[in-house]
Amino acid sequence: MNLFSSVDAEVLAPLTSGWFLEHAWLIPVVPAIAFALIILFGKRMPFKGSELGVLSMLASLVLSAGAGYQWIQRVNSATEEQFVDPVIKSWTWWQNAGFEFGIGQHIDGLSILVLFVVAFISTLVQIYSLEYLRGDRRYTHFFAALTLFSGGMLAMVLADNMMLLLLGWEIMGLCSFMLIGHWWEEDVNSKAALKAFFTVRVGDVGLLVGISMLYFAANDWTRENLDVSGFSIRGISAWALSGEPNSTVIMIAAIALFIACIGKSGQFPLHTWLPDAMAGPTPVSSLLHSSTMVVAGVYLVARLYPVFFVGLDIPGGGGNLIVIIGGITIVISAALAFVQNDIKRVLAYSTVSQLGYMMLGLGAGAWMPAVFHIFTHAFFKACLFLGAGSISHSASHHSFDMKRDMGGLRKVMPITFATWIISTLALCGVFPFSGFFSKDEIIDNVGHNGYGLFMIIALIGAFMTAAYMTRATYLTFFGKPRGASAGHTDHSAHDAHDAHDAHAVHDSHDAHASSGPHESGLLITVPLIILSVLALSSGFLNATPFGESWERMKLWVEPRAAEVIDETHSGGPGESLVVILPSAEDSHSKSVCGSAQPEKGICYAPQLNHAPFKWLKAMMSLAIVFLGIAVSWVLSFRLFTKRDPRLVGLTQRVKILGVGHKFLVNKYYLDDFYEKIIVRNIAGPIASAAYWINQNILDGIIHKIASSSRLISGWVYRNIDQRVVDGAVNNSASFTKSVGTAAQPSQSGKVSQYGALLFSAAGVAALVLVIINT
Amino acid sequence: MNMLRDNNWVLSVGTFLPMLGVVVMMLMPKAQDQAVKFVALVTSIATLAVGIFTAMNFDFDQAEKMQFVAETKWISVIKSSYLIGVDGISLPLYLLSMVITLLVVIYSLDHLPNPGKPKAFFSLLLVLQTGMAGTFIAQDLILFFVFFELVLLPMFFLIGVWGGEQRQYASIKFFLYTMFGSALMLVAFLALFFKTGAESFSIPYLIENGGSIAKNVQIWIFAGMFVGFAVKVPMFPFHTWLPDAHTQAPTQGSVILAAVLLKLGTYGFVRIALPILPIAAREWAPYIGGLAVIGIIYGALGCLAQSDMKRLIAFSSVAHMGFVMLGISTLTSFGINAAMFGMVAHGLITGMLFFIAGSVKERYHTLEISKIGGMLTQMPRLGWIFGFCCMASLGLPGLAGFWGEFPAILSTYNPAAGLNVTVYRVFMVIAALGTVLAAAYLLWLYQRIAFGTPKNNSHDEHSAQEELHDVTTHEWLAWSPLLIGILVLGIMPNLLFSVFDPAVQVTLSVFGG
Repeated sequence: MNLFSSVDAEVLAPLTSGWFLEHAWLIPVVPAIAFALIILFGKRMPFKGSELGVLSMLASLVLSAGAGYQWIQRVNSATEEQFVDPVIKSWTWWQNAGFEFGIGQHIDGLSILVLFVVAFISTLVQIYSLEYLRGDRRYTHFFAALTLFSGGMLAMVLADNMMLLLLGWEIMGLCSFMLIGHWWEEDVNSKAALKAFFTVRVGDVGLLVGISMLYFAANDWTRENLDVSGFSIRGISAWALSGEPNSTVIMIAAIALFIACIGKSGQFPLHTWLPDAMAGPTPVSSLLHSSTMVVAGVYLVARLYPVFFVGLDIPGGGGNLIVIIGGITIVISAALAFVQNDIKRVLAYSTVSQLGYMMLGLGAGAWMPAVFHIFTHAFFKACLFLGAGSISHSASHHSFDMKRDMGGLRKVMPITFATWIISTLALCGVFPFSGFFSKDEIIDNVGHNGYGLFMIIALIGAFMTAAYMTRATYLTFFGKPRGASAGHTDHSAHDAHDAHDAHAVHDSHDAHASSGPHESGLLITVPLIILSVLALSSGFLNATPFGESWERMKLWVEPRAAEVIDETHSGGPGESLVVILPSAEDSHSKSVCGSAQPEKGICYAPQLNHAPFKWLKAMMSLAIVFLGIAVSWVLSFRLFTKRDPRLVGLTQRVKILGVGHKFLVNKYYLDDFYEKIIVRNIAGPIASAAYWINQNILDGIIHKIASSSRLISGWVYRNIDQRVVDGAVNNSASFTKSVGTAAQPSQSGKVSQYGALLFSAAGVAALVLVIINT
Repeated sequence: MNMLRDNNWVLSVGTFLPMLGVVVMMLMPKAQDQAVKFVALVTSIATLAVGIFTAMNFDFDQAEKMQFVAETKWISVIKSSYLIGVDGISLPLYLLSMVITLLVVIYSLDHLPNPGKPKAFFSLLLVLQTGMAGTFIAQDLILFFVFFELVLLPMFFLIGVWGGEQRQYASIKFFLYTMFGSALMLVAFLALFFKTGAESFSIPYLIENGGSIAKNVQIWIFAGMFVGFAVKVPMFPFHTWLPDAHTQAPTQGSVILAAVLLKLGTYGFVRIALPILPIAAREWAPYIGGLAVIGIIYGALGCLAQSDMKRLIAFSSVAHMGFVMLGISTLTSFGINAAMFGMVAHGLITGMLFFIAGSVKERYHTLEISKIGGMLTQMPRLGWIFGFCCMASLGLPGLAGFWGEFPAILSTYNPAAGLNVTVYRVFMVIAALGTVLAAAYLLWLYQRIAFGTPKNNSHDEHSAQEELHDVTTHEWLAWSPLLIGILVLGIMPNLLFSVFDPAVQVTLSVFGG
């Protein structure tokens, strides 16, 4: 700590780098090339292109792991409070009129973390899909889309500027559309695909507006100080913390960007697409709609954190847009999870709720716990989804209905059961599973940073999470087997909904079905086991309770709020020497970043607070979780197994409960509001009205002009033309006469008539020329 | 203005070569269908070859200058001369017209619409090509006007003879509407001529001298041009000819109409109206921007109300050209670059969508959306191409449509000095909302047509199977250049932007920026 008591600026040794860091841009390029190859040659390959997908994901995984290793070395080469410069490479994509659109990489702890998660989960899900989609009629297309998705997401994550980020963002949306609608023969699936793309697109308006605003607001400053354009993420971050921005502009920009995040990350009130997206194949739900794509919105907030930090006054405490949306999302989606019978929908609402936690954390200044929650959540949620897929694949005959086709599966599917339980405990936040270390930290820090009300909401959410997961677990693995799990394979009983995975292996799978419920094969169970090991252990990478030496993730990932003077721009000698400006003597708020205008240097990351860990608080939230599990277990047991008369049919007997239940089953009528009121009105009456105006008013005027000029021309013909032989008038009369034809579509004519019309028109033009000539 | 006069024969040859083909065809006996097709194909290939030669000899480092300039006396009594040349703004559009004509000819080889008559049909296509190319190279207002009008006649016949059931109504509406606009435009041109001292119709001359016209007069002259060009674009509320013309036109007519003809209007704004009348342009710009965003929303709503696939695509043109006009209305070089890019991108994408509509009509014998379904099952390749084009049309980044759309929105945030920033920012948000509606109507269209299970039409099973064949060789030949273009321009937008930019900068120099 001596360093900070010294007054003079100290020149530090340059940071280490390495091949993997310098070439991190290869990480999305590999899957992009693989996508092209699968599309072009996939069908002719021995494994129908799936090998290209899996190999490219493995390559990306190796590259991101290498980059991660070298990043850790880079962090270690810095001093404890030094800002670790991201490894940025950028090339000009195109430029004109003073606008420069770049393409490049921005590699720092955050992007490496997410790159690794995406590559890792993508690899496992592709391996899982080898078995899960075996024999699918669009097997090659599936792998092509999955690979393109990974490429798009990886590109978005390492983007160094907003345009590349937007590119990746939209490619993900496209792949989400393609994959949700993978079995587009059925109406439900294609509608869900459309709804997902469209809802996210509504939010994307905010992204377009936000990028434009930030560009014009920041460009002059970034050009002058950093020599980058106003699209640069690094530039925007520094600009936001420079004290330069107009507070209204940056607030509106932050809100606009956040609207995009609401759409992409399924936050209230645009979360409605996510549960419907479960119509896609289960691997897709696992990869896109739980662990990776839907965290893109969270990632954007974390990536451009200074903009939100300043724009929405996050250090101010009390409440802001992000925490309010996050808080609402946590509770309302958790409540919906209680009334779902479809296991994937339970998980979908759970995802929405967990994304709410991440947003809440970011909104309340708990940056590190929220980012860590992206990491842990990816493992346990992917594992839960793949587990659900395993059940439908091998036990419940492609059904996801817990009440009808599951129950008692713990005995026949021991591996799936064990991995499920581990992941569920992680999701509930039970010590020492990974979710505890991230979620509890979020809750703790939210309270610590002055968002007390939202801490209570988060605790309520934790209780609800534990309860609905217990209910789902009970229905799936305990009690007596029902429906397909009991060996009934009644094909005719499949309605459109629970048959939505039935295409996967329609032909090859009937042989399995006759053998009854059983454990899945290795291609399915191995990914499950790997994910559950991580669900159990990954929390220790940032185990706050055990002291600072355990907080590896914080060390590696959290950007340090230090003022930086870049010598290359202030005209000094040497290569980008990084200088720290020590500020106050107080070791706790060493930096002015985010709290005041930096005086000499530039800040890239705001100064964040961390709540000191207290076992007492952790015990309290653990107690709440256990209470949730216990209450839910008892109720589930009494309701589903004992059929306790006091509980069965309660919603019919007690009116207020019935109303609440109905309200939940109808998803707060939000879907009805969007579909029946907004969409139906725009696509129906409003569009029709616009079209009516088109046909009757605009065209009506034209027709009126035509018919009246026909009347006039008739009058002219009778009264003038017959008496005064005048070539010019004659021409214009026949010209206007033909206008009448336009008003009478039924009146057909011959080509020669139009020829005459043309020549008369040409005559008019010639006449004009002649008049001018003389 | 600095002009380069090397190789000054290429533009005339490139423009009038199709006429040579027409003459050859006229001399051939009527029965020789194959020979006629051959001549048409060779002519359009030769035309494109001249076009490519032009592009290869074009000095891209001096894209801001008029090149291949040729000048001879023409109608000296009104001081109009045959003055032609291309710069970075016109060259891409000039080439686009040649490419589109060739592709349309290839497509027509085995998709000749009823009632046949290949000789007349191909002759008209080639005459149309001369008109389009001529409009883009003309540097004299009277010459421009003649070419601008020359385009009308063949299109009128294409719609009126080879069109759908209401072809007469549509063709006459198209013709009269455009004529009406042209009349006002001609008046504006004449006024411009007299107000600049009746010296010359040459555009470079008028750019130098137009700025000195009094403000009030400029505003009125601009109004005349505005109507003329706005009808062609078409801008709300002058667009009602477009859906009818598109719906009734044969596929080939729709493709050319969407891909090239609409650009004559926007090109006119950039080439003539803005630089010659800068003061009026600044006064008019907010109104143009306002009509443009109305067009974006209104066109999208019109799309949502359609039950006919082709009519829907036609309305989408109104929305897309709204983005182009919005870019132009910012009067910034970036906005106009975006508009220029949008013109080419819209030409490729919407042209492609009309090709697809034509092939759908040929196979299903209907364009009624509710009667088509499950295209991806029946014709997977066609379905995929259609999906690709829908994505391009709704502005997916990485495909050409995006670079016309997003830069236009971006530029609207900061319009040229002197324009009301608040108004334009409102435009920006409305235009951004337009992208949502674009996604809505295109994806909804795609969902209804491509997804789901095939609908049982009244045809008997066997003949339906026969007709629902996937993409044919001719279609591949005609379409792949467009599809490749959409992808390549999406990935490398600089290919076009770097050509436009210098010329646009020069054009805007009259605004003193």
